[in-house]
Amino acid sequence: MFSRREFLMATAALSAIAGPGLVGGWSRAAAQQTLSENDLLDFDGYGNVTLVHITDIHAQMKPLYFREPSVNLGVGDVAGLPPHVTGADFLKLYNIEPGTPHAYALTSEDFAALARTYGKMGGLDRVATIVKRIRAERGDNVLLLDGGDTWQGSYTAQQTLGADMVEVMNALEPDAMTGHWEFTYGAERVKELVESLPFSFLGGNIYDAEWNEPAFEAWKMYEKGGARVAVIGQAFPYTPIANPRWMFPNWSFGIREEDVVANVEAARAEGADLVVLLSHNGFDVDRKLASRVDGIDVILTGHTHDALPEPVIVNNTLVVASGSNAKFVSRIDLDVRDGKLQGYKFRLIPVFSDIITPDAEMTALIDKVRAPYEAELAREIGRTENLLYRRGNFNGTFDDLFTQALLEEREADISLSPGFRWGTSLLPGQTITVEDLHNACAMTYPQAYRSMMSGKLINDILEDVADNLFNADPYYQQGGDMVRVGGMGYTIDVGKPMGSRISSMTLLKTGEAIDPGKEYAVAGWASVNEGTEGPPIWDVVENYLARNPVVSIEENRSVTIRT
Amino acid sequence: MNLNRRQALGLATGAAAFAATGFRALPAMAAAEDAEKKLMEFAGGKALETGRITLTAPEIAENGNTVPVSVSVESAMEGDDMVESVMLLAEGNPSPDVATFRFTALSGVAAVTTRMRLAKTQNVIAVARMKDGSVYMDKKQVKVTIGGCGG
Repeated sequence: MFSRREFLMATAALSAIAGPGLVGGWSRAAAQQTLSENDLLDFDGYGNVTLVHITDIHAQMKPLYFREPSVNLGVGDVAGLPPHVTGADFLKLYNIEPGTPHAYALTSEDFAALARTYGKMGGLDRVATIVKRIRAERGDNVLLLDGGDTWQGSYTAQQTLGADMVEVMNALEPDAMTGHWEFTYGAERVKELVESLPFSFLGGNIYDAEWNEPAFEAWKMYEKGGARVAVIGQAFPYTPIANPRWMFPNWSFGIREEDVVANVEAARAEGADLVVLLSHNGFDVDRKLASRVDGIDVILTGHTHDALPEPVIVNNTLVVASGSNAKFVSRIDLDVRDGKLQGYKFRLIPVFSDIITPDAEMTALIDKVRAPYEAELAREIGRTENLLYRRGNFNGTFDDLFTQALLEEREADISLSPGFRWGTSLLPGQTITVEDLHNACAMTYPQAYRSMMSGKLINDILEDVADNLFNADPYYQQGGDMVRVGGMGYTIDVGKPMGSRISSMTLLKTGEAIDPGKEYAVAGWASVNEGTEGPPIWDVVENYLARNPVVSIEENRSVTIRT
Repeated sequence: MNLNRRQALGLATGAAAFAATGFRALPAMAAAEDAEKKLMEFAGGKALETGRITLTAPEIAENGNTVPVSVSVESAMEGDDMVESVMLLAEGNPSPDVATFRFTALSGVAAVTTRMRLAKTQNVIAVARMKDGSVYMDKKQVKVTIGGCGG
């Protein structure tokens, strides 16, 4: 049963998130010292077209905790620019009082304490309430656009190969989506699900690898509020590199900037008054794209899981970042007249699950798709004394648990865990359930390998991944975070070129330097190579928890960062 | 899964978790010098100009063994405004001269698409020689990565 939580503000004045270009109802909430559903959703409609953006849900239907990163470094031209601003700096930049609901939603500051005050966030039944309300206000002038990474990331999505998410998302009636992790269900399954969708799956940068021609619908025109709105889809460009290419060998991706240009021109030639890029490029890639490609009015960006309370404007393009895990929904009201965008009004709506009333029909549907798995989902496998989270450029406590489990269960010297940005958070004292564990590792290539690697190869891997994250040119970045390591330490100088960022690699159990010529037993998971053998990572972690049911993680000091 | 601990460890190394990339035949410097030499020969002493030629290649190769690249050159392809030939170079490959394409007025347009193998992260160079002897160049870095830890 939904019980509404009364929010007593931690500080006397809830400062408005009210920079220029921001139109919030927050000041009224401040005056009342409470935050209500109306405070979050009241919005004086503006213009004639409304875009609603949600992205990177990672199959999270239920409210959850998700701690934003405390370390998210930018390199080159974007150092210190959003979204590469975290914690207290973020609060200062956007004029948010510490301790407020928005500080909790948008940063990692005092996360565990504020989570107890303000509760879980997200839940697709709450999102349904928001979407229905916007549609009720705006009639047929609304486009609901899903940025992808929607079908993967939970136990039930894994069990149903994405069918549960397709069913629940269809009930929200999106107008279009694009994708990334969707492709890890394999080409046949993706085709089957995409063909079943009552809306368009757009990806102008997905090509047939053999014939080198478009494999998906690139863009679609919608009539909204008397305007012609073109939505161009851009799937994650590096899907075949960051994920197993062998699962969809006939599809090629890439940024394909020249195709974005061509699609914008084609849309304008067909009379588009507004051009929207529904993108899974990642924030820095989209910021660069916006600076180089003219004629895009709005980029709804995804992949890097950033949540920004106002759009970043580049070359007359609004770049909107709507977070992850259904924790936020962005609403953008646009005045589109005379063939162009005249003005906008924006709100990043934080989905406080204890404030926003769940939509009863959606709650029932979510319960229905989860019902066959409820007993297993709720099965308790441990308890944590720490806050468990994943986000951060170099490590997170959830990954510390994974790397420790890999070291012990696979009897390895060193363990590696991929720098995924999905995975939910658990508060100190919470039990760990099967659902919680799978939220951190549900995927179609979970094998936990164990192999001998030379110190040189380990160094090459770290350098390679570091360059994917910290290449000064965003077009060469793949998103994700640094591969997590267990059993070893290293120093990283993020500003250096590839091949010279990593130094002082040390084997922790002996304190000795890692020898390039020596072989080490390395355990890891989620290898992109076909035929990788080993037990699924969730069995490895569950077995470890069976022996060590209380998780207590010491502060990770194994990575030294130089900037 | 009911694998016990011993069995699980025994499964071990069916496949390499990370593939080593490419072949390493020549030192990079030698290859780059070789590419420079080929480029100078092709240019026939003319200065390399930018513009008119566009090289399209992925920023990061999905498969270093078969990297799609396209080259197009703006030209009327008639009279004196004619592209004679286009050369593709992979600066870091043991044999940097990948292909040379020749055009005639019957070609209609000067555009080619092919695939090439890249041994490692390197610059791909496309250079066009026009009928009037002028030479245009475009260049792009293509990264060849181990892959697999993003997302």
